[in-house]
Amino acid sequence: MQTSTEKSPETTPQVAESKRQKRAARIADHASGSITALLIKIGMLAVVDAIAVYGLFVLFLRQDWVIFAVVLLVTIAINVIYFKRGLLPLKYLAPGLVFLLIFQIFVVGYTAYISFTNYGTGHNSTKEDAVSSLIQSAQYRVPDSPTYGLTVVEQLGAFSFLVTDPDGDVLIGNTETPLTEVSDAEMSGDKAVSLPGYTSLNFTDIVTNQDAIAAMTVQISDDPNDGALRTPDGSSAYLYLSTLAYDEAADTMTNTETGVVYSDTGNGAFTSEDGEELLPGWSVVIGAENYLTAFTDQSIRGPLIAVTTWTFLFAILSVATTFMLGLFLAVVFNDMRMRGRKFYRVLMILPYAFPGFLGALVWAGMLNKDFGFVNLALLGGAEIPWLTNEWLAKFSILFVNLWLGFPYMFLVCTGALQSIPDELQEAAKMDGASPWQVFRRIKFPLLLVSVAPLLISSFAFNFNNFNLIYMLTNGGPRDASASINVGGSDILISMVYKVAFVGANRDYGLASAFSIIIFVIVAIIAIVSFRQTKALEDLN
Amino acid sequence: MRVKNSSFLKAGALAAVAALSLAGCSAGGSDKAESDSESTLTVWVDADRAPVLKEAAADFTEESGVKVKLVQKDFTKIQDEFIAQVPSGKGPDITIGAHDWLGNFVTNGVVQPIELGDKAAEFEDVAIQATSYEGKTYGLPYAIENLALLRNTALAPNAPTSYDDMVATGKAAGTEFPFIVQVGAESDPYHLYPFQTSFGAPVFGTNPDGSYNPDDLTIGTGTAFATWLAEQGAAGNLSTSLTSDIAQEKFNAGASPYFLTGPWNVGGAQEAGIDVAVDPIPSAGGQPAQPFVGVQAFFVSAKSKNTLAANEFLTNFIATEDVQTALFEKGQRPPALTASFEAAASDPIVAAFGEVGVNGVPQPTIPQMGKVWQFWGVTQAAIIDGEGDPTELWTKMTADIQAAIAG
Repeated sequence: MQTSTEKSPETTPQVAESKRQKRAARIADHASGSITALLIKIGMLAVVDAIAVYGLFVLFLRQDWVIFAVVLLVTIAINVIYFKRGLLPLKYLAPGLVFLLIFQIFVVGYTAYISFTNYGTGHNSTKEDAVSSLIQSAQYRVPDSPTYGLTVVEQLGAFSFLVTDPDGDVLIGNTETPLTEVSDAEMSGDKAVSLPGYTSLNFTDIVTNQDAIAAMTVQISDDPNDGALRTPDGSSAYLYLSTLAYDEAADTMTNTETGVVYSDTGNGAFTSEDGEELLPGWSVVIGAENYLTAFTDQSIRGPLIAVTTWTFLFAILSVATTFMLGLFLAVVFNDMRMRGRKFYRVLMILPYAFPGFLGALVWAGMLNKDFGFVNLALLGGAEIPWLTNEWLAKFSILFVNLWLGFPYMFLVCTGALQSIPDELQEAAKMDGASPWQVFRRIKFPLLLVSVAPLLISSFAFNFNNFNLIYMLTNGGPRDASASINVGGSDILISMVYKVAFVGANRDYGLASAFSIIIFVIVAIIAIVSFRQTKALEDLN
Repeated sequence: MRVKNSSFLKAGALAAVAALSLAGCSAGGSDKAESDSESTLTVWVDADRAPVLKEAAADFTEESGVKVKLVQKDFTKIQDEFIAQVPSGKGPDITIGAHDWLGNFVTNGVVQPIELGDKAAEFEDVAIQATSYEGKTYGLPYAIENLALLRNTALAPNAPTSYDDMVATGKAAGTEFPFIVQVGAESDPYHLYPFQTSFGAPVFGTNPDGSYNPDDLTIGTGTAFATWLAEQGAAGNLSTSLTSDIAQEKFNAGASPYFLTGPWNVGGAQEAGIDVAVDPIPSAGGQPAQPFVGVQAFFVSAKSKNTLAANEFLTNFIATEDVQTALFEKGQRPPALTASFEAAASDPIVAAFGEVGVNGVPQPTIPQMGKVWQFWGVTQAAIIDGEGDPTELWTKMTADIQAAIAG
């Protein structure tokens, strides 16, 4: 429908067009409004919408309302942006914004959320799951109780257990009525298989209704404390007793043997009065407790400070050493008088072409105290504990990182040096500057303008250089006198990994709190340094 | 001609609506498939077990009409993924696993007990003990593995009678090492455990029913073992530089007559042309050297909607002699079912490993064990490297473990 407000460009007053204008219009046509382009656009949006709608259906079924709303809003926003005219800048920004939302903001937000919970070993699900799991595992087969032959029978849609006890007596019962003896059952061998008035279920029927049948408990007498029959496979039944009873109204678990009452005290597990917790519990929001632990717990704060200091040292020294070596080599190889430069350049890129974690692993082998290449072949059998002495381990890490990292700096510096106009150098020479002065006053500041942001990102990368630490020393050497699992060369990220994933007691909440702390540190450093870089640009 | 955008807007809207409804259909379709899948058992297996289970699964489907979907997983990642996915309802009905994950599984509420009934008696005792937790059986065991002493018969014709005898004959053989055991920078308490038990210092005491008692930390009595570790470290018999791959490489190169390791290294040694014999682990402290026994098992998810079918599949298919034997032939680990174990024992290597395993102890599954590992290896490594008084270090370690368990 053509409305008066939506004038197409065609209706604009025509002026006599020059050849040039016509050509320009043709190009504009081509660039903006061609049918193929529009069809492609619609096609791609259709794909996006289809995926989004599929996602919405899945989320709807899982009743995940928060994410449902987010997906819905994003989808609507995308459709509006691409179908409405006049939102040109957004059209370019939207994909980036969506990815930013998914891969950065959501991840950080979710990590922050986890850091306020007690998510971890023993607290990894909902309360509902914890209750059913506790009840499930509190049931136990009465020791040495006999196996009852079982046929599941059905009458008017209700299932009953037709069981044959070890003495050959045949009984029937269901969830409401306890077992009663029957006499007219049809036997097959020494097992009752059917009863007049009832339909016997075959295995397929049992499997179809297995949820209901597996949940059935049939009391063997009027007294519930005598226990109940349950079946794990539909063909035999056993006598079960339960040690735990859940009182839904009071929200408590009672141990039927000891009489101890466990109640929900808000810490994510049923807890008795003397503080004993029943596990599994469930995950709950516990506020800033994880952060408090990180900063106040004596056994964590000490190592945390040491690890943070070393992380900064490691990141700064790694950037400094690789940059200095890279720059030095770049300057040397930028000199026309150097022979065979291409050959050397290729040679120096080699460490860069090697996958980092593999390189670290190979170095770990070469630095082995007794069997490593370095000690055995290069140092004639010296038993230098490269990786098992704390200070040597730190040195080895810096050294290996230098080996891995200088080619990158070399490449970057070579590029930056070559982009500095030769005239500047010539002019300085004419003014009588020495080569050192030229480098110090002209080349280096110009180089820094383009390289500084890369140095900052390199710092951020090394700050979280998990691969190197994990593959080379695994954070070791561990100090046998320390009381937590942190080694002498651990950096923050490898410490977080150990808190979250190593050992039987995993604490995702605490690890997330550490991650957020790291995120804040790196963010502050990045902001401050980028400001500084800007100042650098202004100077020139 | 310039395009009238507004008319294309309408076309676009139409297309979008079409896409929406199409997507809706497809979503609805897959939804239906999901409701069908109630009678499909999803089983996580690792690459080694998948081909064998495929046949058992086909038989099961034929007999019961229940489909079995085998999902191949990286064995080392199963524990974490299972714990993460079961609560979300996305996990499998059954997973393969190692018995020492069980404590973690139970504390996280992701597995349910299975009732073996009278079938329990058909398994090796150690296998049932290992898959039980607080008196309930949670897993269906299928294989047992443990350490034993490999001997290069060309270098040492006879089995050693004791640790000292082993070192003496090893030295007499004139090889680079008298014997090899992997240790590594943070030691390897698993591989050194037989020596520790030979000094009468297991990690935990046991309850009358054979389960471990976390309140009874018997590891503290191991100071004699600690002193012995220091001596062996000083003598060069144990070295923290000897990592698993170096150990394997050295033995395969004939650098030692003895190698304390598991069945997983036998194939490599035989391929390297070594005539291997398997002996009991010699005692260092006078008492029997008992290695940890690991049991491989199948576990049923706590949130499985197919409990009956899962139990049926495990107790009446996996627990049969045919399947257990087939699993053994694939993985070369002694089967957990006694009948299959006896059949497999015709292979002298399996028989020898099995014999050592029968005298072994199940690796503790109680969650407190996690607190032990984090101090145990580091302390052993420090003692072997001679970094301090062994008795003091061992006592400190015991105190640390005690504090960690209490806290």
